[in-house]
Amino acid sequence: MSSTLKGITLKGSAELVAEFFSFGINSILYQRGIYPPETFTRVTQYDMSLYLTVDPNLKTYLNDVVTQLKGWLFDCTVQKLVLVITCLETNEVLERWQFDIECDKTITGSSGTREKSIKAIQEEIRSVIRQITATVTFLPLLETACSFDLLIYTDKDQVVPEKWEESGPKMIADSEEVRLRTFTTTIHKVSSMVAYKRTDCI
Amino acid sequence: MAQFVFENDMHSLLKLDMPITNAPMARWQRKSASANTSALSPSKSMNRSLGKSKTPNKTPGKNGKLQCTPSKVGGDRYIPSRSNKQMDVASFLLSKDNEPVDPNASTEMQKAWSVNLNGYDVEEAKILHLGGKPLNAPEGYQNNLRVLYSQVTTPVSMKKSRYISTVPDRILDAPDLRNDFYLNLLDWSSQNLLAVALHNSVYLWDASQGDITLLMKMEQEQDYICSVSWVKEGNYLAIGTSDGKVQLWDVEKQKRLRSMASHTARVCSLSWNNHILSSGSRSGHIHHHDVRVPDHHIFTLTGHSQEVCGLKWSPDGKYLASGGNDNLVYVWPGLTEGGNQGAINCFTSHQGAVKALAWCPWQPNILASGGGTSDRHIRIWNTHTGTCTNSLDTQSQISSLVFAPNYKELVSGHGFACDGLVIWKYPSMTKVAEFLGHEGRVLNLTLSPDCSTVASVAADETVRLWKCFELDPLTKKAKEKMAKSTNSIIHQGIR
Repeated sequence: MSSTLKGITLKGSAELVAEFFSFGINSILYQRGIYPPETFTRVTQYDMSLYLTVDPNLKTYLNDVVTQLKGWLFDCTVQKLVLVITCLETNEVLERWQFDIECDKTITGSSGTREKSIKAIQEEIRSVIRQITATVTFLPLLETACSFDLLIYTDKDQVVPEKWEESGPKMIADSEEVRLRTFTTTIHKVSSMVAYKRTDCI
Repeated sequence: MAQFVFENDMHSLLKLDMPITNAPMARWQRKSASANTSALSPSKSMNRSLGKSKTPNKTPGKNGKLQCTPSKVGGDRYIPSRSNKQMDVASFLLSKDNEPVDPNASTEMQKAWSVNLNGYDVEEAKILHLGGKPLNAPEGYQNNLRVLYSQVTTPVSMKKSRYISTVPDRILDAPDLRNDFYLNLLDWSSQNLLAVALHNSVYLWDASQGDITLLMKMEQEQDYICSVSWVKEGNYLAIGTSDGKVQLWDVEKQKRLRSMASHTARVCSLSWNNHILSSGSRSGHIHHHDVRVPDHHIFTLTGHSQEVCGLKWSPDGKYLASGGNDNLVYVWPGLTEGGNQGAINCFTSHQGAVKALAWCPWQPNILASGGGTSDRHIRIWNTHTGTCTNSLDTQSQISSLVFAPNYKELVSGHGFACDGLVIWKYPSMTKVAEFLGHEGRVLNLTLSPDCSTVASVAADETVRLWKCFELDPLTKKAKEKMAKSTNSIIHQGIR
């Protein structure tokens, strides 16, 4: 990457954050075993090996979402991205990965830049993804077949694009929450959190 | 010089007599500091100690103020003093309700509720998601993390749970024992009496005291005992004889209660179900005897064409399993008024005589059966579905099977070629232990009432007691506690 670049622009920041979500969502889907591991391929990114899906349907779906998200990140109109894991049979929400996005709205267009090296940002992103991988050790096993959904919280006045729909928040009734690390590009700040259904201790 | 500076630092640290910078204040320092502040205002501290003294020497009350009011008023009557009642505030509070509510406050409230309930503010955000069907994982895919999660518990079969001695706990002589595969000559009562039939007499061995009593002896020299069986309560012993009779003995009085004749051939298997005694004969018939009524023979089950050498009622009394020399295993229904009395199941898989039968005490409708020399298989049946859930070649004749509930294991007694006992883990059927102490084929097995010991009688004219299911004292205690607390019928149903 071009670490020689002095500052970071809004466009670059949106690009970086969107890229993070693409890898982050893939990591969650792989680590939580939502899809069979043989439908993932290993790639090296952020100096670590990550898994990306090769399932064509899933790929296009994620691409669509991330592309749209990139636009919104550039407009600074996105507030949250939530990955909801639901049980296929009962439609019950079992896990909720929430990424709060704080946008610095003072910066506009491609004019303004901020000082932060891409290396430092990637270091932060790496630690978030590492934490996602590590959550397997404490999250309860998803015993039933599960599906996932991506919710994006946008500003109220956002025009709903084609094929997109409004949705409920899909909260978990009785949940345990674990905060994960935060990373910032100085323009976008992403703090992550996972909430999961509390299981009674026996 | 830098290294010297470092060295000096290290020295001063190790000496420990220097004041440590950045460290929290020592306790004595804190104490002296607080003492200093209190010394500055002695009167204040005095007052406080009085006000907050733990044992008030005045009459009890909530605080000092209340206590001093009576003295001021000077009487025991309640006289309200209006001066210190905030009448204005009260009137304001009462009339406030009628005033219009502040609209700003309500939206604030709504906002707070919304954030609390939904995790976001409805007014300021909207949630979008890409429409269309959810992308499901392929059909039949199971989360492979299950392996990772389930690895926490080590597999039971791998764990060597206890030490099992391979020598018998005790050896009793059993002279004149009939070496006949088809007979059932051993039974252990719930009152800890072990009944052994030796040729034409029945001996009782008291397992707690070690006394031996001769209960009975056949009158005719050529007759012999073919089977013994204790009633569940342990006070009566049923004895099947070679002349086709079933005798009922009261053990305490050592008296014969009745002799029931209905069979035409020797009675080589017996099993109790409350007041019903079922007997299997060489003729292939199984008779149900109601021991309470004079006309004891109430039903005949016909199915076997040869000697019925295995007969067991299920623990719940709903099914009777019978095994015969015709290599068949039948499962019969329990006695019901006017019910259908045909066999529920007939298992034909065994290739040899089926003498060994055992019902699983902790899993209803699971039956284990073992075949003779030409079969050598233990088969586990689900009597509800009529399917064989497991079968295992033991390489030797199976004469007896007993489930041991303490460790959920199955014990088998063997004749040719192994002449011993084998403990199997149930349901995995992995071999846990093998006892090869007997010098002749094992004829019968029975479990002690506390389920800790298994007794075997063999053709070498000995009865051997194997203490192989003794519970760990701690688990035993826990189990007793459990039994005490779960005495209600509801809990028993769940078990």
